[in-house]
Amino acid sequence: MEKSRPLWDNPLQFVFACISYAVGLGNVWRFPYLCQMYGGGGFLIPYFIMLIAEGMPLLYLELAVGQRMRRGSIGAWKIISPYLCGVGVASVVVSFFLSMYYNVINAWAFWYLFHSFQDPLPWATCPLNSNRTGYEEECEKTSSTQYFWYRQTLNISPSLEASGNVQWEQALCLTLAWLVVYLCILRGTESTGKVVYVTASLPYCVLIIYLIRGLTLHGAVNGLVYMFTPKLEQLSNPKTWISAATQIFFSLGLGFGSLIAFASYNEPTNNCERHAIIVSLINSTTSIFASIVTFSIYGFKATFNYESCINKVILLLLNAFDLEEGSLTADNLNEMKDYLMATHPQEYAQLSPQLKNCSLEAELDTAVQGTGLAFIVYSEAIKNMEVPQLYSVLYFVMLLMLGIGSMLGNTAAILTPLTDSRVIATRFPKEVISGVVCFINCVIGLIFTMEAGNYWFDIFNDYAATLSLLLIVLVETIAVCYIYGIRRFEKDLYTMIGRKPNWYWKIMWAFASPLLIISLFIFYLTDYILTGTLQYQAWDATQGQLVTKDYPSYALAVIGLLVAASTMCIPLGALVTFIRKRLKRERVSTVA
Amino acid sequence: MMIIGLTICRISDVLLCNVTDRVSFWFVVTDSSQNMTTVPGSVVEAAIRMNRNRINSAFLLSDKTLQFLKITSTLSPPVEPSTPVWLIVFGVVLCLIVAGIVFLVVAGIQQRKKKNKESTERENLEEKGEVTVTVENGIPCEALDLKAGHINGVFAADDERFTSL
Repeated sequence: MEKSRPLWDNPLQFVFACISYAVGLGNVWRFPYLCQMYGGGGFLIPYFIMLIAEGMPLLYLELAVGQRMRRGSIGAWKIISPYLCGVGVASVVVSFFLSMYYNVINAWAFWYLFHSFQDPLPWATCPLNSNRTGYEEECEKTSSTQYFWYRQTLNISPSLEASGNVQWEQALCLTLAWLVVYLCILRGTESTGKVVYVTASLPYCVLIIYLIRGLTLHGAVNGLVYMFTPKLEQLSNPKTWISAATQIFFSLGLGFGSLIAFASYNEPTNNCERHAIIVSLINSTTSIFASIVTFSIYGFKATFNYESCINKVILLLLNAFDLEEGSLTADNLNEMKDYLMATHPQEYAQLSPQLKNCSLEAELDTAVQGTGLAFIVYSEAIKNMEVPQLYSVLYFVMLLMLGIGSMLGNTAAILTPLTDSRVIATRFPKEVISGVVCFINCVIGLIFTMEAGNYWFDIFNDYAATLSLLLIVLVETIAVCYIYGIRRFEKDLYTMIGRKPNWYWKIMWAFASPLLIISLFIFYLTDYILTGTLQYQAWDATQGQLVTKDYPSYALAVIGLLVAASTMCIPLGALVTFIRKRLKRERVSTVA
Repeated sequence: MMIIGLTICRISDVLLCNVTDRVSFWFVVTDSSQNMTTVPGSVVEAAIRMNRNRINSAFLLSDKTLQFLKITSTLSPPVEPSTPVWLIVFGVVLCLIVAGIVFLVVAGIQQRKKKNKESTERENLEEKGEVTVTVENGIPCEALDLKAGHINGVFAADDERFTSL
């Protein structure tokens, strides 16, 4: 008697699982940056065009494949064509790399969350130096939030070569993060299905609270106006379109096998077309929603810094010229500066190197993305709000929910093919398989808790998934359209949801999406080749800022290995199947 | 009254000069017991350092708002509890998560043991021929959980595909 496949309790669990997976940290820390760099409100035009041309069709394709084949990525592609089992293996390898480094972000979120229960917040002030006459030197040169991130959280070393020791605090947080993930995936869809109700909906509650709080902050409107003013001339920059396509592609999490895994637990008659449209639209609207929050936070932070800068200049001038308090204000500062320059030219000239030109635009222009935005900029804004502990806890709980939601998808992509294969599933119960996968990932993840760990994190973040995913999804689309055949696929969809896909879907699958992916692929390859040596940003403690350094040769070798490990699976899989079939044919012919 | 060195000074011994628009001034402290000589600067500095708190509170100011040039204030270190707060919160969350994992694993093992016992019991009963288990196509009816099985798409009761009467 064959064991029946576990299913989601209801279609809502499936939709929530997909949303929880797709809506991740990239929506919060990458999209606002892109919006700011590539034309503000005008960026939404290429973004939506790419969503329609590439996002929705590819998402529907993956969900349909998973739901039809009812197998994880390896099994599903084997059914489509035996030569394509390499595609499934490549997806599993990429998911494995991703889960190795992605959970470190959850560990950092836990660290900040646990530190939010103090008054004042630990990143609000600098620690004192040894003879208590001033603040720590490194903290003086940079800001207290950057010091807390680079020194007290990461304890970062000056370069990749200086590996340093494993930070036990970060190792503890990483272990906790993996235990949480294990708790959620322990029982398969039974436990995952309940957890995604929380991980999908809680971030929205926090974002709404932050939206209300953010919009009522002093100076928030400055940020919103500055960022959303469309700069339509950016539309002629090809990088804008490429960034929009890349963002849609990676934001939906295509090619990892997670979507196929989730869809394989569906009932065969589930309407995945409607779900694909819903999930992709929700993903994009969440990005825009999150960037409204981020820009109002930016505006608040920039206005706060601008006003502090002005106050410092006023204090300096008052002290130097012994003027009455209140005679210099933000409004008359410029006129008074001219007046003082005219009446006391010598003293003013002496003082002028210390007088900074405070500019609100310069503060707004600092565009940050990635961990810098999530952990430095946001914590800086939070420390200046009232009741900062509450907002800090809310914010880091939201980051945790987003991160864990994405991790559930990643681990599902690895575990579903493992539990599908009879060899492994009959010998070990799924608790043991999940436990072993989590344990291996946790041990390897300790690399990222070393002093140079953040540099390795950046390597994995930039190179582990980018090129490989483009190739995987390209092969997937071509396989379904041209090898499996679009007519056969149409018939399958008709059996499943009772409706044939209309001409929009077919044109996108057959022509538009593959062309887009090929152009993205060519762009990335030429970009890597033209830049020559790859470089990274290292933290220089003596200067208190980031400096650019070249990667050492062994790091370049690791990068090459990361890309090769997943992309080579595709041709290797085809080759192995070919050899196996040849051998079987020869064996049969010799026997007969 | 302030004690500077070993001499007691009164308010009349402090002389102000160079008063500006800004609330700032220079002052010297004279020693009335020794013929109006000024007390040396280092002694005054030491006295101010010791009595900084009293001077601040007399003016209702703080170290940030009342500045003595050339006298740097010693900053107070932040209060540190004996165990860092974050470890406490970490411990609480860790215990909760581990309890959850143990509960789920044990429940899973118990469920599996119960299922094994049930299936061996049924096999024993079938051998004895005492229980007629309703069987459909070789699969016992209880195990036919329609939700988790395969649905034959051709026969699915999908009303949309049938023309309505």
